[in-house]
Amino acid sequence: MTEPASSAERKGPPAPTTHVPMVAFIVSIVAALGLTFVYWRGGQPQWEGALLCLALGGIGIGVISWAHRFLPAGPDEEPREQVASSDEALAALDADLIAGEEEFGRRRLLVRLLAGAAGALGLAALFPLRSLGPRPGAGLKASPFSTGDHLVTEQGTRVRPEDVAVDGFITVVPEGNTDDANAPTLLIHTRPGQNVPRSGREDWAVDDLVAYSKICTHAGCPVGLYQAESGLLLCPCHQSTFDVGDGSRPVFGPATRSLPQLPLTLDDDGYLVAGGEFSSPIGPGFWNQLR
Amino acid sequence: MASPKAPVTARVVRWLDRRVGGARMARKTLDKVFPDHWSFLLGEVALYCFVILVLTGIYLSLFFTPSTSVVTYDGSYGPLRGVEMSEAYESAIRISFDVRAGMVMRQIHHWAALVFVAAIIAHLARIFFTGAFRRPRELNWMIGVTLLVLAMLNGFAGYSLLDDQLSGTGLRIANAIILSIPIVGTWISSLVFDGPYPGTEILQRLFVAHILLIPAVIGVLIAVHLALVIRHKHTQYPGPGKREDNVVGQRLWPTYTAKAGGLFFLVASVLAALGGLAQINAIWVTGPYRGADVSSASQPDWYMGWTEGGLRLMPPWEVRAFGYQIPNPFFPGVLLPSIVFGIMYAWPFIQSRRAKTDQEHHILFRPRDHPVHTGIGVAAFTFVTVMMVAGSSDVIAVTFGVSVNAVIWTLRTALLILPPIAGLVAARLCVELQRRDAGPPSVAAEPPPANPPSSRAYPAAPEPELADQLSRSSAAESATRLRETP
Repeated sequence: MTEPASSAERKGPPAPTTHVPMVAFIVSIVAALGLTFVYWRGGQPQWEGALLCLALGGIGIGVISWAHRFLPAGPDEEPREQVASSDEALAALDADLIAGEEEFGRRRLLVRLLAGAAGALGLAALFPLRSLGPRPGAGLKASPFSTGDHLVTEQGTRVRPEDVAVDGFITVVPEGNTDDANAPTLLIHTRPGQNVPRSGREDWAVDDLVAYSKICTHAGCPVGLYQAESGLLLCPCHQSTFDVGDGSRPVFGPATRSLPQLPLTLDDDGYLVAGGEFSSPIGPGFWNQLR
Repeated sequence: MASPKAPVTARVVRWLDRRVGGARMARKTLDKVFPDHWSFLLGEVALYCFVILVLTGIYLSLFFTPSTSVVTYDGSYGPLRGVEMSEAYESAIRISFDVRAGMVMRQIHHWAALVFVAAIIAHLARIFFTGAFRRPRELNWMIGVTLLVLAMLNGFAGYSLLDDQLSGTGLRIANAIILSIPIVGTWISSLVFDGPYPGTEILQRLFVAHILLIPAVIGVLIAVHLALVIRHKHTQYPGPGKREDNVVGQRLWPTYTAKAGGLFFLVASVLAALGGLAQINAIWVTGPYRGADVSSASQPDWYMGWTEGGLRLMPPWEVRAFGYQIPNPFFPGVLLPSIVFGIMYAWPFIQSRRAKTDQEHHILFRPRDHPVHTGIGVAAFTFVTVMMVAGSSDVIAVTFGVSVNAVIWTLRTALLILPPIAGLVAARLCVELQRRDAGPPSVAAEPPPANPPSSRAYPAAPEPELADQLSRSSAAESATRLRETP
């Protein structure tokens, strides 16, 4: 099936040789055998990748250089018909379609009942989807802390005010409800005078310690970065910034709502407990969150 | 009937043909002509990435456990020994360190996903800027856009499966975006996660979506995409001998079989090198997912970066009325992507209305010959690119030692100003290039040369009609070695 070289090719450089594809295929064979050896010896990711690269690349370069050297280069031409059908063909199709439609149409009531049956079946078929999950409940707005819940560290130890130094912060969760995705809460020791409580929250701090939900009100990331001198909390995901001294009001970035605050108080043994529930629902917003 | 001494190929063909028929169709397929231009290979690269994703994915699925049950790690990676983690994360670590060839397969899989989406977008850009989406190819354009959406979704589902710190954070953000949808958001979230985030079912569900549901749809759509390419035949760039009623190039058998097959091995080879030598998604560094933690500089895979950037650039606005609200993430997370993909789906129809023509087009246009179209495309790509850059705003701030606020404000401004500027510059460049093509005025007045020096020398203004006339009138056809077609 070899085609005669065109005159332009004959005048060109000397006839191509098989050197490049030969070397490429040999490299591929050696690399593939090397790969089996590496695997047999226990495997090593870098060697596996490099040898696989050579084994595959050898075939690729071999075949393509073969095509460039020895396979017919064309150009070949293929005719192209218009995609759309001729008017006669369309007219014939129309006629058949309409004839069939008329046959169906003769039984109007049956057509309507069939449509009704298909619709009802489609509706019924949607119901198994309902098994995928429960009705979205009050859980979305529920406070992970209830009044009197002890604040514990992620390791489960109860916390006293003196456990957090000024400018320091730790992550706490409610005792007995540690796995709630909304549970992580920041316990921050603000500088004296830094915390300016909102009205109605004057007694929510204990010794300049304040607690705010760690779950960003924007998209639910943990707000994990605290700049003590400015009293700003920064969310590492979308850079929403909250002013801890001002009720964790959002001051920059996409967040629109303050971080929910947890009222704090002490139990008889001096451990920190929740003085009530969070001031608002935890985490990202949804349609009826504020109702 | 072939004698027993006939070549094996002929005997196999006859055996099959007596049961299936279709010799004529098979021959026509072998004779299919592929235009020989590098930009036609971008879609092939995407296809080959998909093949490699399926092959490596099958291997990985044999070892991966999509379960949130908590286990204590006891494998060969020292720093994690004794750490509590989900079975999903544990099995991903086991694949990386204790399954032979597991690491290289996992990393090839991840790299192939990154290149898959990149190749689709490059392919899409080629189709867009050369007008290959025009009639009769509007449906295939829409299938292609759907494939892009599915590729991005499946990539996200894939890296969310591993339950490392990064993937858990990504899922939580995805849940926030779902929750932000008006009226039905909480319902969808509850159905997806089987209750409140994170629940215990999400990994199993993502797994089914990632390895069965979405790949099956992608596979079917690729088959339809290719069937339509065969039905329409390839487009081609304008040039000597190229007309609306032909395709000029090289036949599938044998030349393009070798070239396309070779390209598959080259793509696989590059991915193997990346998978073996370039570390990707080092889940053993980020650690297992803990709801209370997040690493700074959290970055999604590159193709999700533009949505992440949109979330970051969005000003703190939301809609509240009658006690209901449309939360902030809805606008950059749901509305904007819907608009972007909506315009993409509609573009062939917008363009044909703008061009006031609904003809069949098989000769491509060169971007410079349609300055407004090219300008709009460049503006759109600039818009999405600025969003993608914004997805790394914190990394930029740390790298260049500037405040995050300054970076965000700069990028917010750039998002509004850069696209129109880039579009205008591109359109202006197109006009200048057209002028240069036309040459000095005195030369432009002369008729174009009868026999262009090479097939790459395009006529000055290759509107289809002109190119048609030129090629018909020139000796180009006789210079082209044509093959007889039955």
